[in-house]
Amino acid sequence: MRFGVIRFPGSCDEVDAVLACERVPGASAQLLWHGDAELHGVDAVVVPGGFSYGDYLRVGAIARFSPVMESVIRFSREGGLVLGICNGFQVLCEAGLLPGALLPNVERRFICRQVDLEVVQATMPFTADCAAGELLSIPVKHTTGRYYAPADVLESLDADGQIVLRYARDANPNGSSDDIAGVRNAAGNVFGLMPHPEHAVDPLTGSVDGLKIFTSMAHAHG
Amino acid sequence: MPTVDQAIALGLTAAEFALIAEKLGREPNEVELAVFSLMWSEHCAYKHSKKLLRSLPTEGPRLALGPGENAGAVDVGDGWVVAFKVESHNHPSAVEPFQGAATGVGGILRDIFAIGARPIAVLDSLRFGEPSSARSRYLLDHAVGGIGHYGNSIGVPTIGGEVYFEEPYEQNCLVNAMALGLARGDELIRSAATGVGNLLVLFGASTGRDGIGGASVLASAELGEEDAAKRPTVQVGDPFAEKKVMECSLELLERGLLVALQDLGAAGLSSSSAEMASKGEVGLDIDVSLVPLREAGMEPWEIMISESQERMLCVCEPAQLDEVLAACEKWEVGGTAIGTVTDTRALRVFAGESLVADMPVPALVDDCPLYDLTVEPPARGLYPAPVATLSADAGPREILLALLGSPNIASRLPLFEQYDCIVQSRTVRRPAQADAAVLALPSSPRGIAVSIDGSGRRVACDPYTGTIEAVLECAANLACAGAEPLGLTNCLNFGNPEKPHIAWQLTESIRGLGDACRALDMPVVGGNVSLYNESGGGPIYPTPVVGVVGELPDVASAGRSGFARAGDAVALAGPFRPTLAGSELAKLRGDELPVGLPAIDVAAVRAAQEAIRDLVRDGSLASAHDVAEGGVLVAVAESCLAGGLGATLDLGAVGASDQLERTLFGESPGRGFVVSGSEDALRRLGELVELAILGVVEGDALSVVSGEAPIAATLDELRAAHGALAPLFA
Repeated sequence: MRFGVIRFPGSCDEVDAVLACERVPGASAQLLWHGDAELHGVDAVVVPGGFSYGDYLRVGAIARFSPVMESVIRFSREGGLVLGICNGFQVLCEAGLLPGALLPNVERRFICRQVDLEVVQATMPFTADCAAGELLSIPVKHTTGRYYAPADVLESLDADGQIVLRYARDANPNGSSDDIAGVRNAAGNVFGLMPHPEHAVDPLTGSVDGLKIFTSMAHAHG
Repeated sequence: MPTVDQAIALGLTAAEFALIAEKLGREPNEVELAVFSLMWSEHCAYKHSKKLLRSLPTEGPRLALGPGENAGAVDVGDGWVVAFKVESHNHPSAVEPFQGAATGVGGILRDIFAIGARPIAVLDSLRFGEPSSARSRYLLDHAVGGIGHYGNSIGVPTIGGEVYFEEPYEQNCLVNAMALGLARGDELIRSAATGVGNLLVLFGASTGRDGIGGASVLASAELGEEDAAKRPTVQVGDPFAEKKVMECSLELLERGLLVALQDLGAAGLSSSSAEMASKGEVGLDIDVSLVPLREAGMEPWEIMISESQERMLCVCEPAQLDEVLAACEKWEVGGTAIGTVTDTRALRVFAGESLVADMPVPALVDDCPLYDLTVEPPARGLYPAPVATLSADAGPREILLALLGSPNIASRLPLFEQYDCIVQSRTVRRPAQADAAVLALPSSPRGIAVSIDGSGRRVACDPYTGTIEAVLECAANLACAGAEPLGLTNCLNFGNPEKPHIAWQLTESIRGLGDACRALDMPVVGGNVSLYNESGGGPIYPTPVVGVVGELPDVASAGRSGFARAGDAVALAGPFRPTLAGSELAKLRGDELPVGLPAIDVAAVRAAQEAIRDLVRDGSLASAHDVAEGGVLVAVAESCLAGGLGATLDLGAVGASDQLERTLFGESPGRGFVVSGSEDALRRLGELVELAILGVVEGDALSVVSGEAPIAATLDELRAAHGALAPLFA
């Protein structure tokens, strides 16, 4: 299993994501440069956290047009696994690979906090190593993480099982609609979440609950 | 030719102007005067503090890089060195708090990667007026926002810091930022330009008129009424630009393409080039017509002193130039060769063909006159008594809750949660989990701990002893995390040193700093001085801020401040000699500041800190927390809240009520520790240091049996009181 982690100018958590992927038994990970359209044969793509291109426009709005993202969009249409974390989630929404959008937090401040997430869908390919209803302790850190979609879209996401993670009761840090922390696309091969599973892979630095996302991906790949 | 009056308007004295003419052998032209006025400013030349700073100890077995470079560094084992430095951005932050604080972080980060270390952490030390003031709340909100904006966006965790609220900072807030960087010991690079014929390359942001005279002028005079007009001289930070500059710098160094590297800070191209030439004992020829500009028509003197942010200057061999420029292209940071290393020992500035300045480098860097201070202790207290906020007849429970909710003690989480403390995957102890932040080192069981501290009010009571307390408290924080202190950086924030009583504060404080560091065998690896922190309301409290970095052989055993297990015994350890004079309780009651603080047996404190450290390291202590503002009962309450566990204490031996208050709320910074663990572990600690068993960890309330009426508060009540700062950010 080879993970590719995109590095945009302004990415912050790309090295952390590489370290997290490398904790998966048998997996390796490499950085993919934003200006290079070549995905170098990786089996899954991680779009990491940070502030791509400074995010001085709307978050993720510029990154979506980078050469590497054109390839990621094609890769996802061919069924390739794509995980977007935080800024990566924002980029995937901007690219139209995931439904909805991320708005500024209700309190309009950056917030860094360890939160509990409820696994809504414990299914292939991103959460098969979790149990439905399980609580995962994973940190959030963002200014623009309030998940929003129109009511009819939220209803169909719920009905179609596309809501993968929710903030646990009283743990919604940003005012996201329906406490949504992570969603997948209809085909199920693209998943975005605001919390940072790559920062929950080592007991020394907090929790190991986030590792299940990466091991699930490896198991899905086979 | 400029006149002496113009020189005086730029902050020089008539005598200094004459000396410049003497060094040049002629009167300076406009460009030269602009450069000299900045190089000889307090900010760049340390002309009122350098003689005092020479008394500080700067040698130590673990020192990797001492004062004089962009940052100092200590050896933390396994081939790793940690570079660190703290620097002020006080006056820019008072004028425009968001950008002032943001560029303070940006500047200190450049200092770190300029020596080849990857920035791994930021801490900040903030001082504002009381939060009851709208202006203080505005400054706090925007300064915290600015620090977060820069640190979060550039991907460097903000892992700790401190904030105090005191009236003397109302008109003159303090924003000090500290950064740490990690490098292999053999990878550090110096800033000395060497190799005649080598090329000088400027990269990063383009150069504009922003910040002309900014930091240098603002940091060298008192703030006054007209400071709103200075807003254009405060620079605007761009963390995205800095991130690219940082990654480019580290790549250039990793590939071995550079001879020297230096960041552009105060006084811009002038000071960076002069410093590089001075250290390398060479000359430099710079052509300002080659400098990429943000706006047309800039004069040579403007280009030389612009303080546009996010710029770096490097020296490379001509054969490497193409590769250097290609790396700059890759990171989109626009590298341009703007000059050449020469053997003239002069900084010569060209505008195309014409020579517009020719200045001996030693005159710029070394020949600024250093002044002896006229020192005189103040005849009486300089500072009015704080405004009372707690009635004199408040009972112990009311005092406890008032202290927990007081601005200097209340939980800092509402600030810390605005900072990314986990990026880079090293953070083993986050803010509020331990007295010091703890980071893991790569591919090693080792770790480092870091803390920043300094109580201005205690230093105002006694500059010598108060400064020793600041160092001891910082070391105590490290001891509670299980770390041995290796080196110290400092930022000395004081008023106008040309006033004899301020000079006395500064002199006594530096004497205390030196004595404390010698007693702990801890070198000063570098620092920064911020003077003239005065306004119409008078001087700030003298505020030496110290940052200490230490090591842990096994980061997995790092200590925690919160109680961990019901049933553990709780004890007070260390040579704790509490007094109420100068304490937080005295402040809440509006007591006058005392003149003088009790002397400290530093050797005994050091022994106690070492004992605590050793028992944290071997896992004997379940928690360790130093007794700071608010005294023992507040420290116990903090350990309760951090661990989510109550405690029952029996202080029956304590007698009359005046004794009780001193015992519960008296302070003795750096000298007392609230620890918990098995009775056996505490007995072993008691064989090494003074120790009194206070009680046991249990339940969901803090209860104290004191011989008189018991004191009791539930965890929810404690938590509600401790959360007093949250509404400031609502």
